[in-house]
Amino acid sequence: MSSRSHEVEDLVRKDYEHGFVTDIDSDTVAPGLNEDVIRLISRKKAEPGWLLAWRLKAYRHWLKMYEPRWSHVKYEPIDYQAISYYSAPRSNREAPKSLDEVDPKLLETYEKLGIPLHEQKLLAGVAVDAVFDSVSVATTFKEKLAEAGVIFCSFSEAVQKHPDLVREYLGSVVPAADNFYAALNSAVFTDGSFCYIPKHTRCPMELSTYFRINAAKTGQFERTLIIADEGSYVSYLEGCTAPMRDENQLHAAVVELIALDNAQIKYSTVQNWYPGDENGIGGVYNFVTKRGDCRGANSKISWTQVETGSAITWKYPSCLLRGENSVGEFYSVAVTNHCQQADTGTKMIHLARNTRSTILSKAISAGRGQNSYRGLVKIAPGADQARNYTQCDSLLIGDCCGAHTFPYIEAKNASARVEHEATTSKVSEDQLFYCRQRGISEEDALNMIVNGFCKDVFRKLPMEFAVEAQKLLSVTLEGAVG
Amino acid sequence: MTEPAAQAFLEEFERDPGRLDWLAPERRAAIEIYRKLGLPNPRQESWKYTDVRLLTRRRFRAASLAPAAAASAAASGHGYGSEDCHEIVFVNGRLSAGNEALPAPSGARIRSLAEAAGTEPARVTEQLGRHAADDGRAFVALNTALMSDGAVIDIAPGTDSQKPLHLLHHCAPGNAPAAVYTRNLVTVGANARATLIETYTGVAGSEYFMNTVTEIELGPGAALEYYRVQQESLAAFHVGSLAVRQERASRFHSFSIDLGGLLVRNDVDVRLAAGGADARLDGLYIAVDRQHVDNHTRIDHEQPQTRSVENYRGILDGRARAVFNGKVVVHKNAQKTDAQQSNANLLLSSNAEVDTKPELEIYADDVKCGHGATVGRLDEDMLFYLRTRAIPEATARNLLTFAFADEIIRPMPCRMVRDRLEHSVARTLPGAAVIGEFMQ
Repeated sequence: MSSRSHEVEDLVRKDYEHGFVTDIDSDTVAPGLNEDVIRLISRKKAEPGWLLAWRLKAYRHWLKMYEPRWSHVKYEPIDYQAISYYSAPRSNREAPKSLDEVDPKLLETYEKLGIPLHEQKLLAGVAVDAVFDSVSVATTFKEKLAEAGVIFCSFSEAVQKHPDLVREYLGSVVPAADNFYAALNSAVFTDGSFCYIPKHTRCPMELSTYFRINAAKTGQFERTLIIADEGSYVSYLEGCTAPMRDENQLHAAVVELIALDNAQIKYSTVQNWYPGDENGIGGVYNFVTKRGDCRGANSKISWTQVETGSAITWKYPSCLLRGENSVGEFYSVAVTNHCQQADTGTKMIHLARNTRSTILSKAISAGRGQNSYRGLVKIAPGADQARNYTQCDSLLIGDCCGAHTFPYIEAKNASARVEHEATTSKVSEDQLFYCRQRGISEEDALNMIVNGFCKDVFRKLPMEFAVEAQKLLSVTLEGAVG
Repeated sequence: MTEPAAQAFLEEFERDPGRLDWLAPERRAAIEIYRKLGLPNPRQESWKYTDVRLLTRRRFRAASLAPAAAASAAASGHGYGSEDCHEIVFVNGRLSAGNEALPAPSGARIRSLAEAAGTEPARVTEQLGRHAADDGRAFVALNTALMSDGAVIDIAPGTDSQKPLHLLHHCAPGNAPAAVYTRNLVTVGANARATLIETYTGVAGSEYFMNTVTEIELGPGAALEYYRVQQESLAAFHVGSLAVRQERASRFHSFSIDLGGLLVRNDVDVRLAAGGADARLDGLYIAVDRQHVDNHTRIDHEQPQTRSVENYRGILDGRARAVFNGKVVVHKNAQKTDAQQSNANLLLSSNAEVDTKPELEIYADDVKCGHGATVGRLDEDMLFYLRTRAIPEATARNLLTFAFADEIIRPMPCRMVRDRLEHSVARTLPGAAVIGEFMQ
């Protein structure tokens, strides 16, 4: 491995002599990671010096770190020198010209989800000029947001236009050296979203990456930073229900949320990256670090996630409850089918008085899927009257899948109350039989039961998202029975 | 590889490599495993919350033989008397004097490990380490390498033992910190029924390190009620491992009570190796001052139609710390498994700490598994109820605390253990006198 990586490094250096400098227009740098690549990324994005220094510091730390091995997932080791770390937005030349060139299987799925034709084109990566509709929609939204004073733009734009805000908050929730993947992301992230809600402002609409221009090709190392200033409220939607084709196997994103006094952030995710085929070939590795910081008193951060895609999911959206009376919430539905593996959960770190947290996790395993809940509830000595309630339920469909629970509870305060409950069961024959008796097909019956199982989480999603998520679930679990 | 901390125990082995010489190959293999592993450290997942480095700051040396008087003193203080049970007393890890007359109840064979290994080595080597695997377990390896004695008990098939067996392990270390290694091997034959009590005690305030391993095998249809009462001195280190393997339709019911010890670690492994096997693990730990109690349990449902119920409760006061890790593994094909687990903790002081982790690993689908864990204070409603009945607040608190513990003690079928424990528990808790009054 080491000799190979040396060879690769040599190659990269060679490329640097002839390639990087002379051919600035090249779309993709050669695979490999070293300080020159990071400098190149920074230069291409015309970043200020402090950001480059921050990236380099993260990189140097990353070199000293080891890939985490504690999660309950199995995969071949990743060769970090075989990845290309910068890729300019693809030009329209290589994109499919029309839907006829798109994989029919993918189109079939779009059909089932009921996605309008023009959106199908956008999702399948058909040349963007075909979808003027959504671009114009996005522009109207931008105007409305500007009126309210909300800043919502790509991360690169924010670095240029609001460097002070970025500098103040970047890495303040997830430090550059937080964990292996966060450090890697900090070193090489290319773009992402930035959002700032000014004081006492209720964001006039639900923000969604979907409507942000240029959001589509942010690459595999995405960085999101959301700041809700005092007394503000924002609901943010990430991802979309349609399956996204992506040639990058490793995704290591970082999301940082900051809620100041009396602020509220609601962050909803629907993740449906390519899960690989029935035999587990291909598929995205989704190693994400998401953390919210309830920095102010009475602040609230709520995570809702529906995870149906990716070959491997490794993510723990967490809340640091630092402000008095602050509230953290985590609602999750994770589905693994075929050979998918998910190790997901949350951390609720209670640091201040009267902090409260709720965790509701629903895991569904089918086929040969492996689904783990891993969570931590920590009550610091100063967190008087802190309160946590956790419920983790697993549903098993088929006899080759697995469902696992690893909840950690660390309580250091006598006035705190922590409760944890978990159950595991299968879809009962009786329930299925009852539905079949009433003329409901087996597949529909299963969908009904699964949707009922997830109801409490779906209820937390914004309306349209919830409807889509339900449909998505049934598509994901297709063929799980019978 | 071995850090200096672990070195002390290796030296201990070198000092007396010839101990129990008929087991020399096993002991040598075990010490090599230990040499490779070293002492566990908090970077290892299963030792994340328990730091045993404290153990190496004391220079524990193998305990010397204690005077015969110590044995009779221990028996009179902690024994149940020969009328109610068959009692075997070990002092400093060795069978105490006068045991030529070991109890010989009908249908059961009891002998000391030291004797059994000499006269019937096959019996010992066959079971030794079969259930409590050395690999990955530094303290089990250390036990195998350094063990001095213990009990070998075989209950014949079909025996219905009325009288409980009591193994009393007492430690009287003298002036220097002493280490004791005991190993008990137990088999319960097909359809036999038995009750086994293990008590661990020591001279109050004395410093010693007790490393004990008990391996139990239950034949088809066998039933064992097992009590483990740990009342070591408050300056003692106690590391205990219990490994159980259950055959078809066997039942194992264990009560694990921890009241003593400065640093206590218990590892319980139960393998439900055949259909119909049923395990019930109940536990209670009460820690005060700077006590540290760590309970790790693992239940393996290896075959279909097995059942387990686990209920551990803890009360923490002062700067005490408790760790609970309950793992339930349902293996592939172990359909129709029913596994329930619960861990409840009561914090009486704001400096106490609880780290609990109930784990489920499930690879079969037709199962019913659940677990719950709670950490908190006494229920305010219950307190209020007692207050409305004119019971002073302090008394109400003490009563409720005792009641919380008593939920583990009260259901004990063995009356003599139950009665004694209720008093011991009451004595450990604040307001002992008041609780005593209500218990009359």
